[in-house]
Amino acid sequence: MPSLAIKANGLVKWFGEGEAKTPALRSVELEAHFGEMLYIVGPSGSGKTTLLSVLSGILRPNAGNVLVEGTDIWSLPADQLADFRRNKIGFVFQDYHLFPRLTTAENVAIPLILRKQDWDASVDRAKQCLAVVGLQSRADLPPVKLSGGEQQRVAIARAIISEPDILIMDEPTASLDGDTGHTVVAFVHRTLLSENRCIIVVTHDNRIYEFATRILKMEDGRLLGTEGRAA
Amino acid sequence: MKGILKLAYKLLVNDKAKFSALLVGNAFAVFGMMFATCMFVGVLHHSFSTVTNVGASIWVMDPAVQTVANTIGIPDYVLDTVRSIQGVKYAVPLYSGGALVKLSDGTYQSVTVIGLDDTSLFGRPELEQGKIEDIYAENGFIVVRDADFVKLGNPAIGSEFQLNDHRCVVVGIAKVPASGLFGIPTLYTTYNRAIQYIPSPRYTISYVLVEPKSPSDVAAIKQQVAALGYLAITQQEFMQRITNFYVYRTGMGTNILIMTIISFIVGLSISGQTFYTFILENLERFGALKAIGMRSRELVGMVLFQASFTALTGYGLGVGLCTTLIALAKLRLPDYFATITYFNLGLALVMVIVIAAVSSYFGARRVLRIEPFDIFRG
Repeated sequence: MPSLAIKANGLVKWFGEGEAKTPALRSVELEAHFGEMLYIVGPSGSGKTTLLSVLSGILRPNAGNVLVEGTDIWSLPADQLADFRRNKIGFVFQDYHLFPRLTTAENVAIPLILRKQDWDASVDRAKQCLAVVGLQSRADLPPVKLSGGEQQRVAIARAIISEPDILIMDEPTASLDGDTGHTVVAFVHRTLLSENRCIIVVTHDNRIYEFATRILKMEDGRLLGTEGRAA
Repeated sequence: MKGILKLAYKLLVNDKAKFSALLVGNAFAVFGMMFATCMFVGVLHHSFSTVTNVGASIWVMDPAVQTVANTIGIPDYVLDTVRSIQGVKYAVPLYSGGALVKLSDGTYQSVTVIGLDDTSLFGRPELEQGKIEDIYAENGFIVVRDADFVKLGNPAIGSEFQLNDHRCVVVGIAKVPASGLFGIPTLYTTYNRAIQYIPSPRYTISYVLVEPKSPSDVAAIKQQVAALGYLAITQQEFMQRITNFYVYRTGMGTNILIMTIISFIVGLSISGQTFYTFILENLERFGALKAIGMRSRELVGMVLFQASFTALTGYGLGVGLCTTLIALAKLRLPDYFATITYFNLGLALVMVIVIAAVSSYFGARRVLRIEPFDIFRG
């Protein structure tokens, strides 16, 4: 049995107060293991992104806790929580959020720069990561010169450059056409999934379900259980 | 932090349009503030030129005197009484007044005539040409070579002009640290010749110049002169008195203040708004950095660095622009009234730091309020 990467207990989250109070997570229990590519699927507004944010230390839950490798991340002070995200988690945002004024390599190097590593060494390492995602020749271009699929791969390179234990991908195919999305996720599955890494993907693109180790369906703030299982 | 600051620098500088707008805003704010205050300092510097050129430790005058140009005659007994005060090393009369000279080509020119004590020639200028003792020669006058020298037809030693139908002869060419405020040439002669040639009121002494035996005697001298109904003040106090007159009793101080404030507001508006827009445009990316693991104080550090960098670069450009313009103006107009002092530089620096602080305050507040969760939600 692979070791436990994330364990969430009784997660509750709501937005607003009084009459405007809207529940987003209702007593969510979840376990994710290393070596697993876990999909969280469901319709828009079901709470997938909220759950992802709570699991990754970005959004504080109203109740419950999240243990990452045994550490209750929501008991950490703000700075240590930021350090946790910096050191343990790689993020791939739906809209990439690349800096248009930096080169592709500099964008990828950002997590290392945040770790106080030397600028030039970080950029060199970023170029190696870009080679991993097949974009070495694009290293000195600004991201706006790249296609959507290439930008997504840059975002992936940025997420993996610090070799995080947990990779969080929010709607990785939302901005891509079907083929490109499939190619990108196939690449992630083939290259980045390992025994030492847990990948959590939020999506409602059923064309990439084939790469999931486990799929959890979410609806109305509740996890409904496993929907299907691939490799 | 070095890498994070480099990241902040690249994000700022690579946005060329915003960076240029920020620099222009800061540079012109600094330029405006510097230029206004430099002009004022230049005017003040020239307004007390006689005080600095003569260089007496203590000046005795009528209490109604506000500037060196507007003298009120002092009776001779004041000079005698001052000389008798214990603690006075010596005291001499000084004449300062305006006159009209007729040049050799028949034209008339206003001049300032300084009449030095015949015995000591206290307050005499440094001579470029001629000998100071020639001032005692018949009709001897010394001309100051300053920006207004040319208005006397570039006289040389031996040149002649007339003052109240008296023949005057140039016996020396002098240089002084500062020329006058009103753009008229300055002539030096002896006190007695000055009051002889220039129609004078009953009392002819403009100032009594006093040298105390020691600095500790100054207070007693002031007190005893005050008992006579006159005013004794040090050179610094006289300069301050003149400054106060121009600042508070003319519209100049108010006008300069308004110009400085307008420059500050314009700079603050342009730089503040541009910087805030820059922050807003990058807000999602700042949020992404926060999500990736950047600490709040590192984000604030980035914003502070960006605001400070633009402010200080704009400050440098503004100071450079102001200095260049003043230097060019002085090439064409030697008596151009503008002087850059540490006060001007310091004032503009403080103002530009305030602009940076206000800009970064609003920017940092916005950055701190962005929730990484908003980045996930898109």
